[in-house]
Amino acid sequence: MIRHLLISLAAVAASPFAFAQPVAVYGETVWTGTSQGTISDGLVVIENGRIVSVGPASTRVPAGATEVRAQWVTPGLISAFSRTGLTEVSGVDDANDTGAASSAFSAALNAADGFNPDTTSIPVTRLDGFTRIAVAPQAQSKLFGGQGFLADTSGLTGSVFRERAFAYVVLGESGAQLAGGSRPAAWAALRGAFDDVRFFAARYMSHNEGNVLTRMDALALMPAVKGDQLILFQASRASDLDAIMDFKEQNPALRLAVVGADEGWRVAPRLAELEIPVILDAFSNLPSSFSQLASTSENAKRLAEAGVTVAIVNLDNDSHLARLATQIAGNAVANGMDFDEAMRALTTAPAEIFGMTGLGVLAPGARADVVAWDGDPLDVTSAPSAVFIDGEAQPMESRQTKLRDRYRTIDESQKPMAYKR
Amino acid sequence: MEFGKLCRVAAAALALAACEAPGSRDNADAGKSPIANPFPSTYKPYPSETLLIANATVLDGAGARIENGAVLIEGGKIKAVGADLTAPDGAVTLDARGKWVTPGIIDNHSHLGAYPSPGVDSHDDGNEISGPVTAEVWVEHSVWPQDPGFTRALAGGITSLQILPGSANLFGGRGVTLKNVPARTVQAMKFPGAPYTLKMACGENPKRVYGYGQGSAPGGAPYSRMGNVAGYRDAWIQAADYRKQMDKAESGGGDPPKRDLELETLADVLSGDILVHMHCYRADEMAQILDISNEFGYKVAAFHHAVESYKIADKLADYGVCSSMWADWWGFKMEAYDGIPENIPLVHNAGACAIVHSDSDVGIQRLNQEAAKAWADGKRIGIDIPIEIAWQWLSLNPAKSLGVDAQTGSLEPGKMADIVVWSGNPFSSYAKAEKVYVDGALMFDRNDPANQPVMDFELGHPGEGDRK
Repeated sequence: MIRHLLISLAAVAASPFAFAQPVAVYGETVWTGTSQGTISDGLVVIENGRIVSVGPASTRVPAGATEVRAQWVTPGLISAFSRTGLTEVSGVDDANDTGAASSAFSAALNAADGFNPDTTSIPVTRLDGFTRIAVAPQAQSKLFGGQGFLADTSGLTGSVFRERAFAYVVLGESGAQLAGGSRPAAWAALRGAFDDVRFFAARYMSHNEGNVLTRMDALALMPAVKGDQLILFQASRASDLDAIMDFKEQNPALRLAVVGADEGWRVAPRLAELEIPVILDAFSNLPSSFSQLASTSENAKRLAEAGVTVAIVNLDNDSHLARLATQIAGNAVANGMDFDEAMRALTTAPAEIFGMTGLGVLAPGARADVVAWDGDPLDVTSAPSAVFIDGEAQPMESRQTKLRDRYRTIDESQKPMAYKR
Repeated sequence: MEFGKLCRVAAAALALAACEAPGSRDNADAGKSPIANPFPSTYKPYPSETLLIANATVLDGAGARIENGAVLIEGGKIKAVGADLTAPDGAVTLDARGKWVTPGIIDNHSHLGAYPSPGVDSHDDGNEISGPVTAEVWVEHSVWPQDPGFTRALAGGITSLQILPGSANLFGGRGVTLKNVPARTVQAMKFPGAPYTLKMACGENPKRVYGYGQGSAPGGAPYSRMGNVAGYRDAWIQAADYRKQMDKAESGGGDPPKRDLELETLADVLSGDILVHMHCYRADEMAQILDISNEFGYKVAAFHHAVESYKIADKLADYGVCSSMWADWWGFKMEAYDGIPENIPLVHNAGACAIVHSDSDVGIQRLNQEAAKAWADGKRIGIDIPIEIAWQWLSLNPAKSLGVDAQTGSLEPGKMADIVVWSGNPFSSYAKAEKVYVDGALMFDRNDPANQPVMDFELGHPGEGDRK
C-alpha cells in the first residue's frame, strides 16, 4: 500500500499538467457516489489534480478557473475487468498479449509486462468516461492466469499505477478444461498450488517444480495465498460459487472476488455474508453453457438487493469494448437494479474491490478523475463531453475519431483521401 | 425481389403451382412443388383480436411519426394507422398512453438455432466448413427451433429474422428467413413466401480456414484474397453454364441438367430468385465484389458487418446495396480494425441503405439500442436523423434486403401486424418491449408470464426462462 501511494504520487508529480489552472465543472445533475448523493445544479472544483469541493453551483470558484458545463457530472468510471491495453487487434497473434497457451509459466505471468499505453482502445475507452481500468491476463496454459494490474486511461507512460494488483484464477468449465478435463482436476490443482506456496521453502529447496507450480509461479502466487493480494476467481455455476465460498471459509484470510457469477443470484445471501464482491456482465441472460442455466437479466439487481457488492463489466470483447459497461449498467437498471447501485457498479464498487483510494467518487480530497456528460451516463444516447484524469483535461480524440473525420465527407476531386488529416 | 420469379421456377418444374401475390392466403408456400420447395413453410399466424392500440407515439417505420397515434389491427394485418382512429365494433382497445409503437424489429443476421444455447460442441451446426464452396447446404437444416435465444430475441422486439450459415466459406450455403414464433419444427417458423438467400464471405475467414487450416499452411485454396476472388469466379462460371442448361430445358430445348444441389442454388442466384448476403468488412473488397456481381449478372442484396462501408458509402449508394452493420464492434480482427461508431449514420447520410444487425444472441435482444447509439453518434457530428427515419435501419431496410418488404417492415395497411409496444422511447437503455405482436397475435407480454415462452431445453432447469 505504501508502495502504491509512492507510485501514485510519483505519477502525479511527473504529469506536466498536474498543477494547471483550476477547473469548475458545472452539472445539471452531479452524481457524487458519496453521502452527498445526487446534486441538482451542482459544481465540482478541481485544483492541483484533486477535487477541492463538491456542492451547489453557488460554491466558491477559485480565480482563473476554466469553466466546463454539462448535463451530468460523474466520477471517472472504473472498468473492473478487461483486457484493454493488452492487444491492439485481438485476432492478430503478434499483436495480442492477453494470454500465453504455450508458456511454461502461469501464476507468474505479469499482465503489466504486456501493457502498451499506446493501444488505440485506450482512448476509445477513455472517450466513454472510463478513467481507470483493472486489466486481467487470460488463463490459457493453466487455471492460474497470472497477475492483473490497475492503470489509468491517459495513454501516457507510467499509466499503470499498480502492478500485481490481483491474481486471476479460472474455475468452472474453463478451469476444468485447463486443469485436464474436470472440476475435480481444477480443485486438485488449486489446492495443490496453495500447498506448494505454503511449503515453498521445503518444496523448492533443491528443485524448480512443486506439485502444481513452478518455483516462479509459486513465488508469484504467495501474496494471494497469504491474503495480502486479491484473488479474482472466474466462475458462473451456483455450485462453483458455493465451492469457492467453502474454500473461503476454510481459508478465512483470503481476499476474494468473483468474475462472471451468472448464477450468483442463487447464492446471493451467502456471497453477501462472506463479503465476496461480484464482477458481472448484466447482459448474460442465456443458458449459454451448462454452467449458466440460471442466467437472468435480473442477476445484478438480485445480487445488489441481497447486499452483495456488484461491479458491472462487458465480458464480451473485453479488450476493445470495455466501454459498453455503461450500456450494460443501464440495462441492469431497466431490469430492476437501483440506478445508484448501477452507478456504483461502475465507480465505488470497483474502487472498493481493488482498493483504489480516492477514486470512483466526487469528494473533496479525491483524485480529480471527473467526467462531464451530455446526458445520463447509463443511457445509450449519452457520451462524455470532457474527461479529466488527475485533474488533467484529456484529449477527446482517438484513431476512430480520426477515421471518422477523414471520411465525414468523401471528396477526391482534388486529392486522394489519404491527404486528409 | 420479384415474387413472380419464385413462381416461375415452381411452375416450370411441375406446371401446377397457382401463383398468387404474397399475403393472398395464409401461407404463400402452400401448394408449391416439392422439387422447387421441398421444405415448405407451415407457419400459420396464431389467433389475434381486432385491436386498436391507441394514444401512443407511433413510428410507422416508413418514415412517419404520429404523436398520440393509433394502429388498428384486424385479421392479423395492419388495417389503419393514424391520429384519429376509432375502434370498430367488437374491437379491443389498448390504451398505450406514454408508450411507443413501432414495427417489429427484423434482424437480417442471426445464427440462432444454428449456433444455439447452450453452445456445446454437439450444437456446433452453424457452418459447414468442410470446403470453401458449400452452396449446397441450407442452414434451415441446422436450425434447432428449441434455441432459448429465440425467446430472448422476441423479448427484445424481434418479429422476423434471417438465419445465416457461418462465414468460413466463400459460399456458405442458403440462409432462411423466419418469423420469430416458437415452434416444434423450423418449417413452422419459415416466413411464408420469403425468397431464399445465399451466404457468401469475403476476406480473412475463408483464407484462414482453408489456406492455413488445420495448422498446416498452405492447407488448400483459397490461401489469399486473390484466391478468394478466383474461387467466387470459378463457381459462378459453372453456375452460369448450369443456368443456361436449365433455361434451355425450360424453354423446351432438351433435358434439364443432372440435379446438383450446389449449382441449383448458384443458378437461382443468377436468375434473381435467391438473394446474396455477403459477409465483407473492408471497403476495397466490397468494391471488388460489386464488380464480380456485374461480371456474372447478379445483385448483392447486402454486405454484412461492412465495418468500412463509410469509406465507400457513395459507391454503395450508386449500386443500391444495403450495409448490415453493428453499432460499434471493432478491433477483434485485422479487417475490423477500422470500425467506427459513426458507420451507420455515415452510410445513411450518403443515401445508401443502412441496416442494424446483431450476429449475436446478446445483441439481437436490443437492436433498438444499437440503432440508438449509432443515431446519437451521428447526431454529435451533425448528422441529425429523425428517429422515425432511423427506425428504417431496424425494420423496413432489413425487410427489403430479405425481399419481404411487401409483407412486413412497416406499419402500413395490408401488411402483417408485426408490432412492438415499447414502455417509452425505444432509443434508450431503459425502454423495454412490453408487448410483441406477430401477425397480430400477442406472442410476448413482459407483464404476463403466461405470454412468455420457455423452450423445452429450459424446462426443469433452475432458470426456466429469463426472469423466473
